[in-house]
Formats: sequence, C-alpha cells, structure tokens
Amino acid sequence: MNLQWLQGLGALGVRLAKMVAVVLLIAIFNFMLVRAAPGDPALVMAGQSGATDEAFLKRVRAEYGLDQPMPTQLATYLGKVVRLDLGYSHRQQRTVLSAILERLPATLLLTLSAFAISLVGGVVLGSLAGVRAGKLSDTLISLLALVIYATPVFWLGLMLVLLFSVQLGWLPAFGYETIGVTMSTWAGIVDKLKHLALPAFTLGMLYLAIYARLMRSSIIEVSHQDYVKTARAKGASDSRILWRHMLRNALLPVVTMAGVQAGTLIGGSVVIETVFAWPGLGRLTYDAVLQRDYQVMLGVFLVLSVLVIFFNWLTDLLYRVIDPRIKAA
Amino acid sequence: MKAIVQSFLRHPSGMLGLVILLAVIALALTAPIFFPGDPWDTVAAPFTPPQTDGMLLGSDSLGRDIASGIAHGTRVSLMIGVISTFVALVIGVVVGALSGYVGGRVGEWLMRFTELFQTIPAFMLCILLVAILEPSIRTVVIAIALVSWPQVARLTRGEFLALKEREFVQAARCQGESPLSLIVRYILPNALSPIIVAGSLAVASAILIESALSFMGLGDPNLMSWGFMIGSARTMLRQAWWMSFFPGLAILLTVLAINLVGEGLNDVLNPRISRQ
Repeated sequence: MNLQWLQGLGALGVRLAKMVAVVLLIAIFNFMLVRAAPGDPALVMAGQSGATDEAFLKRVRAEYGLDQPMPTQLATYLGKVVRLDLGYSHRQQRTVLSAILERLPATLLLTLSAFAISLVGGVVLGSLAGVRAGKLSDTLISLLALVIYATPVFWLGLMLVLLFSVQLGWLPAFGYETIGVTMSTWAGIVDKLKHLALPAFTLGMLYLAIYARLMRSSIIEVSHQDYVKTARAKGASDSRILWRHMLRNALLPVVTMAGVQAGTLIGGSVVIETVFAWPGLGRLTYDAVLQRDYQVMLGVFLVLSVLVIFFNWLTDLLYRVIDPRIKAA
Repeated sequence: MKAIVQSFLRHPSGMLGLVILLAVIALALTAPIFFPGDPWDTVAAPFTPPQTDGMLLGSDSLGRDIASGIAHGTRVSLMIGVISTFVALVIGVVVGALSGYVGGRVGEWLMRFTELFQTIPAFMLCILLVAILEPSIRTVVIAIALVSWPQVARLTRGEFLALKEREFVQAARCQGESPLSLIVRYILPNALSPIIVAGSLAVASAILIESALSFMGLGDPNLMSWGFMIGSARTMLRQAWWMSFFPGLAILLTVLAINLVGEGLNDVLNPRISRQ
C-alpha cells in the first residue's frame, strides 16, 4: 500500500518535472521569437500600442535588461516566467497574468465540454458503426466523418449559427450569458448552457468524427478476439458482450488518441472563441492580434501549452480507470 | 507504375476526389481568364444576392465579386498548401531518416524534440509566429511547415527503423555503400509510398490552417484568400449569408477532394496496411 503510494508520488513528480521542462522550453522559444522579429525587442514587447510611449519603452528596456548581453537577457526573462510574471499589457493597462486568469475559466469550460462531447459522441457513434459494420448506418457515419474532416471549423461554427440562431432561433449566437437580465440560479445555469451548446459542439465535432472512426475500427478488431468468441460461445447476449467484454478494450486506442489530440483541440478553441465571441483565452488572443499586443499572445501561448499537459494527464487518468492494470499516473 | 495508375483509376472515391481536385486546379489556372479584373475591385452594388445583376455568387459589403474572390483565392490556397507541405516533408524526412537510421541516443533525442512540437498547441504557435514575424506568404508557409513536419518525421523514422535491418540494405552495406547512399538510394525509395500519402493529407490540413489564419486576419494582406473572405463576412452573417457560405464551400470541396485522393493513394500504394 505504502509502496504504491510512493510510486504514485514519483509518477506525479515526473509529470510535474515534464511540465516545468515544457514551460521552460516554450519560454526560451518565446524569447527567441521576440529576438527574431524585425525591429527593437522592446518595441515588440511593448506592442504597437505602447510604441509611442517613450517612458514605457524605457521601463521595458530596464525591466528586461535589454542592454545586457543575450544570455543575461534570457536569464532575466526565464526568471520572470518562473515567478509567473508574464509581463505587462500596455493596451489593457494590467498585467498579462491577471488578464489571462480572468479568461481561463471560460476556456476551460469550453474545452472540457468539447472534450467530453467528442469522446462520448465518438464512442457511441463509433460503436454503433462498428457493430453494424457494412450496413447503412455504418456508411452514413463514415461519410459524415469524411465531410467533417474537410470542414473548416470556423465555417462550421458560422453555418451552425446561421441554422440554429438565425433561422430557427433556438440558441444564442454569441457570448457567454444573456447580459442585463437578472435570473434565478437555475435559469442562469440554463442560460449559460444554451450559450455553451453551439461553441462546444462546433469545437468537439472534428474530434467526434476522429474518435468515431477510430472506435469503429477498434470495435471491429476487438470483435475478432478469442475472448469475445468465447463469450459468444457461452451464450452471452449481444449487448452483454458489447458492454462487458468489448467496450473497455476497444476504448483504449480512442483514449490514447484523445491525449494526442489535446493540443489541437485547445488550439482550435482560439478560432471557436473568435467565432462565438466566447470570453476566453482565444478571444483574448484575437483581440491581442488586432492590437498587436505581443506580450499577451506570448503569455496565452505559454498557458495553453500548460493546459495541453493538463489534458494529457486527464487522459492518462481516464486510461487508468478503463484499464486498471495500468498503475502509473 | 502502370499497375498503380490502373488500380487508382478503378478506385471510385479516389477518382471522385481526383476529378474535383482537377476542377479546382483548373479554376486556379483560369482565374485570370474568367475573372480578369482585380478581385479587390468594386464591381457591383454592396450586398448583391447571388444570381442577381450578373453576380453569380453575389457581392460583398464593398461590392466585390464573391465568385472572382473564390477563383483567385484558389491559387493562394493551393500554393500555400503545396509549398508548406514541401517544406514540412523536407524537414520531416531529414529528421525522421536521421533518427531512424542513426538510432540510439541521438535518435531518441530527436524523437523527444519531435514529440515536444506535437505537444505545443499547433494553431496558437502559428498565430504567434505569423503575428510577430508580420503576416506574409513567407511567414504563413514557415508557420504551417513548422507545425506539420513532426508527423512526417515520426512516420519516416518508423519506416527507416523497419527497413534498415532488411537484407537488401544489409547487402548494400556489405558492398561498401556509404551511409548517405544507403539512405538515399536504398531505404528512402522503399519508404516513399507512406510518405507520399502523408504528404497529400498534409496539403489538405495546410489549406485548413491557412484558411483559419487568414480568417483571424493573419493572411498575407495583399492576397485575396478564402479564409479572409469568411473572416470579413463574419459580422454580416445575418444580412448576407452568401458572403461566408460560398468561400467555405470552396475550402470544404478542395480539402475533401485532396483527402479522397490521399486515401485512394493509400489504398493503392499500401494495400496491406490500408484502412480496416
């Protein structure tokens, strides 16, 4: 018992060390990128908005030691990142960290919902297609996946707005909640869920298609395994075979894939938030792009990368729930 | 070679993709003939619906011809898709071949580096690169190539690991062929077919990334592109659906066609490991 606990602690340590390593590497990358940009690094860090403010530029130069040799500059920058100092946005007149922390919950809500929708939907549709391999529903699901692969996610979002908001009027097109209305707690939750539905579905759609295809081939593969034949020979019903024998084993490659795809899912949230005016990190990035507020972009990049590692950890946990033989976190 | 062409000709979805793709390429080539004017020019009243006043697909908020924009945008999309995939293939094949052929600790570290690139949120990296290095065709190509090569590298490494132990490679090694010659003349030609398939699918995803970048306002500001058209039409979705609908349809069809061709190639070139 004690040993297991220690092992778990060790695995957690490795995970944390990996996270720190990735953050440091990305910080170094950010540093190099700012140096590779045309012009004065102080101007880049101040962003276009601060470019005319000579006092602010002076402060940036002093703060980051821009008159020092390169290695010292890098050390200064890394030191700041380690202390969670992601710089100051002249445009927003606040620290980058506080701007990011304010937007983080919305992005987490959106990406986690999309993640859940894609996994559950993909597994259900993929199992359906796999069990009925070769039938009409299988063909339809495969066809749908093919089309979704080719659809630009921002355009899908706009078309869903056109259908569900403009034409049918079922769901709100933009934002996080209805503004200027006082609601009971329950009505408030329903209102938020209604706002969440379209962006989360749009973001999850592509991954839903990927997981459905994977789950389909996984189910087909598992159905040829000896233990499934044994169960069938013993006279177990089809649904029992699917639930008790096939599902868990077929799920493993899907969960592995979900871990690999976390990076692109989170990257995709940037576009989705732009389409739906969802007040998260992606929307913050879009505004930063328009305003040439580079410090904010660099900070968001760092935080999103940490978020990817968090999602990887989450899929590892899922993996452990599905396959108890795997112990390490 | 002839057998490959023949079996591709018999592949129904692959052929469908090829026909659409050829039509798209034809549109790109003939854009200056059928739509001779500058796609940025105002040629009609703003917000002209499709099929009215000689506007096939309608006009946008500044009276620009949507059809002309789509035709000219085809060139940008295809060009960026092909060039950035080429760059990604070069980087990916070199890294993957080195990692697979040399193996050992160097190979391990190269793969760790590759995996790190796969962990990073790819699209955010593209935004950052293009925004800071200033939007232009060059920076967009660099950004897309930078997020596309890791997949090619991993695939190439796998092929190299499997092939370098094969007898024909060992025989060539015994004959005193140099490592470079072994890689280029013996292993690479046999690893080519999965790389070609991966490359064709990478063109499709490059077109999607490019459209998303220009949707966010990070395309080359001098070129009309599909993503830019949708991005600028976004706020007028209620008044003029056609402004964002048709360019998106163009992306969908092009990417779908390339994916179909890629899957067809996969079935033809790697019959054993084709999709289940």
